[in-house]
Amino acid sequence: MKKDSNMEENTIRTQYLVIGNSAAGIGAVQGIRSVDPSGQLLLLSDEPHHTYSRPLISYWLQGRVEPENMVYRDTDFYDDNGVTALLGPDYRVESIDGENKTAKLANGQTVVFDKAVIASGSAPFVPPIGGLETAQDDFTFTKLADAQGVRDVVDRVNEEGRQPKVVILGAGLIGLKAAEALNDQAESIIIIDLAPRVLPSVLTEGTAGYVQEILADRGLDFRLGRSIASIGDHQVTLSDDETLPYDVLILAAGTRPAVGFAKEAGIECGRGILTDEHQETNMAGIYAAGDCTDSMDISSGQVRNMAVLPNAFMQGQTAGVSMAGEEAVYDKGFPVNSLGLLGFYMLSAGSYTGDELVVNDGECVKHFFLGDDRLNGFIIFGDCPRAGIYTDLIRNKTDLAGIDTDRLFREPGIMAFGTQARAAKVARPH
Amino acid sequence: MKRVYVNEEVCLGCHLCEFECAYANSGAPDETGRPNNMFKAFNGPKTPVARIRVEEGEMRGDDRICFAVSCRHCETPYCVEGCITGALSVEDGVIKIDDERCIGCRTCTVMCPYGCLVYSDHHTMLKCELCLENSTGSPACVQACPNRAIVYEERQ
Ligand SMILES: Cc1cc2nc3c(=O)[nH]c(=O)nc-3n(C[C@H](O)[C@H](O)[C@H](O)COP(=O)(O)OP(=O)(O)OC[C@H]3O[C@@H](n4cnc5c(N)ncnc54)[C@H](O)[C@@H]3O)c2cc1C
Repeated sequence: MKKDSNMEENTIRTQYLVIGNSAAGIGAVQGIRSVDPSGQLLLLSDEPHHTYSRPLISYWLQGRVEPENMVYRDTDFYDDNGVTALLGPDYRVESIDGENKTAKLANGQTVVFDKAVIASGSAPFVPPIGGLETAQDDFTFTKLADAQGVRDVVDRVNEEGRQPKVVILGAGLIGLKAAEALNDQAESIIIIDLAPRVLPSVLTEGTAGYVQEILADRGLDFRLGRSIASIGDHQVTLSDDETLPYDVLILAAGTRPAVGFAKEAGIECGRGILTDEHQETNMAGIYAAGDCTDSMDISSGQVRNMAVLPNAFMQGQTAGVSMAGEEAVYDKGFPVNSLGLLGFYMLSAGSYTGDELVVNDGECVKHFFLGDDRLNGFIIFGDCPRAGIYTDLIRNKTDLAGIDTDRLFREPGIMAFGTQARAAKVARPH
Repeated sequence: MKRVYVNEEVCLGCHLCEFECAYANSGAPDETGRPNNMFKAFNGPKTPVARIRVEEGEMRGDDRICFAVSCRHCETPYCVEGCITGALSVEDGVIKIDDERCIGCRTCTVMCPYGCLVYSDHHTMLKCELCLENSTGSPACVQACPNRAIVYEERQ
């Protein structure tokens, strides 16, 4: 990767450009390197850190993970993979030109590339609230820097001999993970959401109340169906006029695909960037992967933004292999999530359409969503060690007609499949 | 690559594989290369956990069957691809877990098509690493199987 003397001083040339240093970007690096071990590869991120696991920010805040274990890949990952990583605000991509294959960086440099993948992820969405500009000790909660900011305030309040009062806007996954992290460190935690129920993207209407009760039992306090009308000096006023003082305010109302520069470049977008099954956008040579994209959810047949880490990595990997010139398709996309909150586990996959079958096996309660001899999705409450066997039914669109589903839905096992399928699973190489 | 393969036709359902797996992964070896005290291993504060599991039952219309299931070390390892912390990785075809980096989130549990990750009371997940990481050196389950219902070999 050297400066091109024929061009401006400020120009960097590279064969492959990866924009983003998280799950999808790292997947792309691994995908490229699985095909092309040596082509020039430049990775850019506007965050200064070595690649880290975003979901771990709440575990770090909780004190459950040491800083050195935040890394998503070993510290020698870039060296081992021949990656030039330029990390920090200077390297933020401001714009991209799909025709000329160039990207402009915040520091004024231009990158000229042959192929690029946009893996810019998502950005927090904060609704307009009166007093937001002058609010103090308020944080969004998607980056390591956010968690560090919260930590500083908690430490400061602790130094005053108190525990912080925490107010969280958003009863979705991110808001509740922040609540979990602070539960043992806070005087109180109050969670506000405009929606009337918790975890709308993970739970059905019918199951949200059950989960809310469990979380309330474990110390969380909810104000649902309400919004923050205004923010004052370390206090918020809700839409029903209740006033809540806070030391830390976490704004976790939602996230949006980070599509800004892609959209401006004329790359086709829905909510997120649209791609084909090779993860290529409408602009030849420009790919996209991860939380910044919309893609086919095979469990519902609909194109949607999935925003979970396993998808981000796999899409990135598909993009990388495709960029390096080999055939790769990502045709197994659907949301898969394991969400643990205060020791309570919810495992989910696919979409919640079709007939609902509820099985209580004594250890956990399983909600299956079935249609046309296929499993569309499930939510399992409690610990279910072999739940991935259910996920695989969704992944492969397995015809349930030949399977002992009574047994399978009671207890996940290879046993329930026919002799041939069993042999394929345990007696043959994969 | 050598992998563990299963022949359900000759599995007796004796569960020795589970027992030996748990034991092999239970701790300090003696000079024979095996954990040194079976009594201690199973009577300590934490019961050793097996990474292999025997499934058994009556089939519809069939006879009773049983067979052992452990990590297949898949070529497309969904557990590794989905791991949210980077604790799971592939090294020379073997899928390994770094227990310093695992937070026991169970994403791998929902990703694995065979149900081969188990939860430990150390708040991390455990899995078969073919006994390459412990002192046994090659799968203890295979060594212990009295009827060659589990074998460790190269297959195409
Ligand atoms: C608190 C929290 C908990 C979560 N828990 C889970 C969980 O349990 N399970 C799960 O599956 N998912 C979870 N997620 C979601 C998961 O983190 C995301 O799905 C995943 O990180 C998406 O990866 P990505 O690479 O697409 O994007 P991101 O992780 O958002 O990364 C985007 C990257 O692009 C860079 N970038 C963005 N814009 C630019 C630009 N203009 N120029 C240069 N660089 C740029 C960023 O710095 C970053 O490196 C959680 C998220 C949060 C915040």
